[in-house]
Amino acid sequence: MSYIVSIGKYVGMLKDVFSKPERFKVYYRRTITEIETIGINSAGIVAILSVFMGAVIALQTASNMDSPLLPKYTIGYITRSSTILEFSPTIISLILAGKVGSNIASEIGTMKVTEQIDALEIMGVNSLSFLVLPKIIASVFFFPFLIICSMGLSILGGYYSVTASGLTSHEEFVYGVRAFFKTGDIIYALVKTCVFAFIIVSVSSYFGYYTKGGALDVGKSSTQAVVWSSIVILLANFVLTQLILM
Amino acid sequence: MIEVRDINKSFGENHVLHDFSAKFEAGKVNLIIGQSGQGKSVLTKCIVGLMEVDSGSVLYDGRDFSKMDRKERKDIRTEIGMLFQGSALFDSMTVEENIMFPLKMFTKMSKKEMLDRANTCLDRVDLTGRNKLMPAELSGGMMKRVAIARAISMNPKYLFCDEPNSGLDPSTSLLIDSLIQEITYEYNMTTVVITHDMNSVIEIGDHIVFIHTGRNWWQGTKDEIIKTENQEIIDFVYASKFMKTLKGKLA
Repeated sequence: MSYIVSIGKYVGMLKDVFSKPERFKVYYRRTITEIETIGINSAGIVAILSVFMGAVIALQTASNMDSPLLPKYTIGYITRSSTILEFSPTIISLILAGKVGSNIASEIGTMKVTEQIDALEIMGVNSLSFLVLPKIIASVFFFPFLIICSMGLSILGGYYSVTASGLTSHEEFVYGVRAFFKTGDIIYALVKTCVFAFIIVSVSSYFGYYTKGGALDVGKSSTQAVVWSSIVILLANFVLTQLILM
Repeated sequence: MIEVRDINKSFGENHVLHDFSAKFEAGKVNLIIGQSGQGKSVLTKCIVGLMEVDSGSVLYDGRDFSKMDRKERKDIRTEIGMLFQGSALFDSMTVEENIMFPLKMFTKMSKKEMLDRANTCLDRVDLTGRNKLMPAELSGGMMKRVAIARAISMNPKYLFCDEPNSGLDPSTSLLIDSLIQEITYEYNMTTVVITHDMNSVIEIGDHIVFIHTGRNWWQGTKDEIIKTENQEIIDFVYASKFMKTLKGKLA
């Protein structure tokens, strides 16, 4: 029963989030700031994770290719496919749910328990729209760029790990990366990324906004935000894969 | 003037406000006093619309807040200033940005006009030149003064102060009380102060409402509250040793 109530509250929250902003100029500036806070400040961790993720995918693929019937370019092909279809959009989004989601929930939760949100409401500002909408726009706009970078860096990490260790040659890896390429895979990955970005920000904002109590409760909200964002991302991933690829 | 008519508010089985009625007049400092857990904060939140009332009405100069749609409520809220217990300054903004925030959201002032207004408000609360400080760099008293400056930046008709002296030393409390009183008279605002502090009652209370068990138990002036024979008020007013001693000396 409480889950149904929570879903109802979440939908009600979204209705307020997408109501007409009081002042577009202020919202625009906040969106730019959020792009920096949510997006650009996450670039470092995304880059590091992507390089090592790609390197491990390529090495594991190479180490599991026991059959001599499998061509060497399969390493590049599998690295590219698994990175574009799953690892970059989903795994990086899960990492971002941890970094960005906890940050959003604790920021909004702290504002709630210190009455800053009440102060916004008293002034006549739609606090949900003011706080959440710029974050949603910033993440839905910027996360696809992060994921495209992640895809490139993952493939690069895979390339260096297998070519430097002599498991395959430059030509074979590059041939594999280019083999059987479908543009639709990139579109599928970016659609997923936009949906995941929306989930991360909206679910985390929900837990932050409805925080009750003090500092301890802000911590709890932050944890719940990460847990539930991750669960919803995994569910959405399953549904989107069924809808788009099947 | 703010008029509260027969407000009821419950949380499940817990009936917090019982047919609460009161009038808060313009140009006066109206105090709501009472022990903890008697419904002061809930009453304030109902008056300013942060909580919906179960029944009853709140009238701002005759305009029924509880019957207003979202747009009308938004408009009336630009006429309300509020000083929160913990100041509620926006952590990510400087002092100046905090004061300019409502101006940015609801007026079409130029940046220079907004800066001038912010400086005027800061001068008014004796914080000239502290524009660029962050809230974390301010003392408790300074935070309250910035919160007052932010509350008056839009020239509000109604000012609410939720325990403005909590966490402050006696001399700073006195300063904040004087400031609230001065700006109330200066701007002819309807000011409602929620407090536990008997010093505030004596210093600035033009009209006092004593809330007990969620009811308007007693109302009157500061001279009347000292003379009252009402036992609940006597228990509240003379709870501290200091007030008992004072009463003995006066007697």
